[in-house]
Amino acid sequence: MRHHLILRVITKILAGTIMLFAFYVQFHGDYSPGGGFQAGVILAVAFILYGLVFSVETVQRVMPPWLVHRAMALGLLLYAGTGVAALLLGYNFLDYAALNAHDPEHGQELGILLVEGGVGITVTAVMLSIYYAFVGRTPVIGDEEW
Amino acid sequence: MQQGVSWEYLVGHANYWLFVLLMMTGLYIVVARGNFVKKVIGLNMFQSAVIMLYISMGKVAGGTAPIFPIHGEIDPATVYTNPLPHVLMLTAIVVGIATTSLALALIVRIREEYGTIEEQGIWEAEQEIAARERRQYGEVFGEGSQ
Amino acid sequence: MAVRTRSLFALAMLSGGFSLVSAALFVALDAVDVAFTEAAVGAGISTVLMLGTLALTSRYERAPAHKPWLPLFVVTVTGAALIYGTLDMPDFGDPNAPAMRHVMPEYLERIPHEIGVPNIVTAILASYRGYDTMGETAVVFTAGIGVVALLAALARRRRRGEEEES
Repeated sequence: MRHHLILRVITKILAGTIMLFAFYVQFHGDYSPGGGFQAGVILAVAFILYGLVFSVETVQRVMPPWLVHRAMALGLLLYAGTGVAALLLGYNFLDYAALNAHDPEHGQELGILLVEGGVGITVTAVMLSIYYAFVGRTPVIGDEEW
Repeated sequence: MQQGVSWEYLVGHANYWLFVLLMMTGLYIVVARGNFVKKVIGLNMFQSAVIMLYISMGKVAGGTAPIFPIHGEIDPATVYTNPLPHVLMLTAIVVGIATTSLALALIVRIREEYGTIEEQGIWEAEQEIAARERRQYGEVFGEGSQ
Repeated sequence: MAVRTRSLFALAMLSGGFSLVSAALFVALDAVDVAFTEAAVGAGISTVLMLGTLALTSRYERAPAHKPWLPLFVVTVTGAALIYGTLDMPDFGDPNAPAMRHVMPEYLERIPHEIGVPNIVTAILASYRGYDTMGETAVVFTAGIGVVALLAALARRRRRGEEEES
């Protein structure tokens, strides 16, 4: 990919935009289509696109594999932790009304935000680590043979 | 089926039949083709057909996307499409890509062990290994070597 | 065409295009969230993963060894059975279908004053069906671990082994 100047410039512009869009989808998911699953995938796509056009090493300097592998578990723990927090506050598991005793509606919104955040982190990390796993192998088909 | 076959009946059920056709195309690829990558793509088609079936079951004639207006009153006259299938299928798609990538990872490992991703080729390789072992252990145990 | 072509590269591209078209279908069926996911997942990541797999395996499929009559028979019988099953289904877009009657009106009634999140899909996904979504997240997590264990961990061990040898 060393010679594709246009591709490289466009990717540099697009990668940031895609990440911004991913965060919009994540945090505006309560009001418009979107949510943790979509945002996670889109955020992963930004990194994957950058890795495809430049190199995986460049991406791994920003998102090292150990961080990605820990983030996979972190997202799920955030999700389950929200449920356990509700449990400790004397409500049912995953009953977000517990998070704000005065106004259950706000508690629900906070809970949904946390849970969607957990989903987003897990999905991003899983997609990225799958990508890392696949590009970590030596291909049997060279670049010229496509 | 009491009302006989009317035009409305045909139009109202054509969507199910189309999805059955798509599903069976996927099933045919899984059963008839020996290449593992192709089998995975067939499974994906099967999955898409199931997802489309569910989504089309949730559609209400004249309905709109299930998002309430952000500010202002909710008009009770507005018809919303059933959001429940959307929730289920949304997660199914993301789980689907995760399991698909697991299948693809298995295919990569199979290719590294056997040197082929065809059902037939793996069968041949297995026969070869079995024949070699029979020769080897037949000598050791002194059983009739054929 | 997707059935007959032996070029797996063309097949991966076709399945990406298929995902994009099905995302358009989901928009037409009012499932905007699903369309969003399908466009991002199907046309984006799964195509990249397919191509990655092809680079690690092979580009072409061998010619099939068997005649397709038995699979064709199986598929026809299954399809006929499924179509027989759809004959009793409600019409497309029928507002009185059983799927619309039980939980859906209740959700639509309860969400505005219980949760206060305008996107009904998000509200159901994260709150009413929280257990469900947690299970799905766990499945995604497990699949990710599986891929890492199958591909990445082994590569690292092998590399370390090579370093020790040299």
